Amino acid sequence: MDYDTLLTKEPFSLSRAEKRTVFSDGLTELTRYHREHCPPYAALLDRLGVPDGPLAPEDVPFLPVSVFKDLELKSVPDGQVFKTITSSGTTGQRVSRIFLDAGTSANQQKTLFRITSALVGNDRLPMLVIDSKKVLRDRAMFSARGAGILGFSIFGSPMRYALNNDMELDLEAVEAFLEQYRGRKILLFGFTFMIWRHFCQALREKGITLDFGDSVLIHGGGWKKLVNEAVSPEEFNQTLREVAGIRQVADYYGMAEQTGCIYLECPQGHLHASAYSDVLFRRPADHGLCTVGEPGVIQVLSLLPRSYPGHSLLTEDMGVLLGEDDCPCGWKGKYFSITGRIPKAEVRGCSDTYGG
Amino acid sequence: MSNLEKYDKLFLSSFRVKPEDLPTLTYRGIPAWDSVGHMEFMSEMEETFKISLSTLDVLDFSSYEKGKEILAKYGVTL
Repeated sequence: MDYDTLLTKEPFSLSRAEKRTVFSDGLTELTRYHREHCPPYAALLDRLGVPDGPLAPEDVPFLPVSVFKDLELKSVPDGQVFKTITSSGTTGQRVSRIFLDAGTSANQQKTLFRITSALVGNDRLPMLVIDSKKVLRDRAMFSARGAGILGFSIFGSPMRYALNNDMELDLEAVEAFLEQYRGRKILLFGFTFMIWRHFCQALREKGITLDFGDSVLIHGGGWKKLVNEAVSPEEFNQTLREVAGIRQVADYYGMAEQTGCIYLECPQGHLHASAYSDVLFRRPADHGLCTVGEPGVIQVLSLLPRSYPGHSLLTEDMGVLLGEDDCPCGWKGKYFSITGRIPKAEVRGCSDTYGG
Repeated sequence: MSNLEKYDKLFLSSFRVKPEDLPTLTYRGIPAWDSVGHMEFMSEMEETFKISLSTLDVLDFSSYEKGKEILAKYGVTL
């Protein structure tokens, strides 16, 4: 099944057996494709002694995400690179670079649309981004945060920003937005930490309560920076309801190395793999597969990446598989939760290295 | 100004291209028509023709020619 055909499937419709067939075929083809088109990738596979034949999903070689910091991995000629996504770089830290051509870039947008429409629907909504417009300044080299905002911008019409250039809550702009779109369903988007610090806490400090009415807030980027503040997902959601009247909140897990293939939180509070990507959990000691309920290092598999060999990656996150195809929410596929970072990983997250 | 003139003008001003480039112009085909450019362009399209495009149509708006088909669905004839 080619990727365009897969995208016509509903995002949470594939059961285990069906998905296994699609992913075995798809990942085998992608592994071969990248081996033929990306010499450094071929060299890695040769060194690992990976044979050129059919692969079960769990046997597909996985690259650590940090490999994109060390190697320029692309499976297209330089002239076809349309956009470069960078992940988590500041001075002193090395930066991952992901090379996109027009086809992979288009599929990222379509995939994000298919997955997110399960919560948002097919119509564009008035959208408030809890961030500053300045993160989109350099359009040729996006940060992961900028890429996230841009990705979700397809759902917004119009799109407004809640923070000014100094990362302060622009209350006047937010109230004007609310006044203008009162009575309509509203979409809010941002990174978990930014929402907590610059929206929830800012509103609390000012003693202001807003009411967004029929609203859904989607957030990602991880809880790492909130761990020190001991904010639980329940408290986060509850606070958003109290200070802004936000009715529905959904977390997502995703990374610049597989943009588009996000893992969306269902109404039961579980992250779900869609039909377009999958997750495996591996024991840190020997990379053996974990059983249900056993925390492990998260491996992400996706049939999307064609301009760079990012179809099978070992992340620096730990998670735990909760089940497959039987979440009470009704969505098919694996569902899981994130438990933290792997020990001793270089400190990085999907929200850049903004520390403020 | 006719609808077609308005449509062409949006392309010419958004992407700084010449009229003879229009028939072959595609999304992601030139640096100016990237995803940032696309979203701004779609907003202007909606404002100009007083329509509200669905998310799927925003994603499908992949070329100068394809855009004409999409606008036709919203009752905008060029």
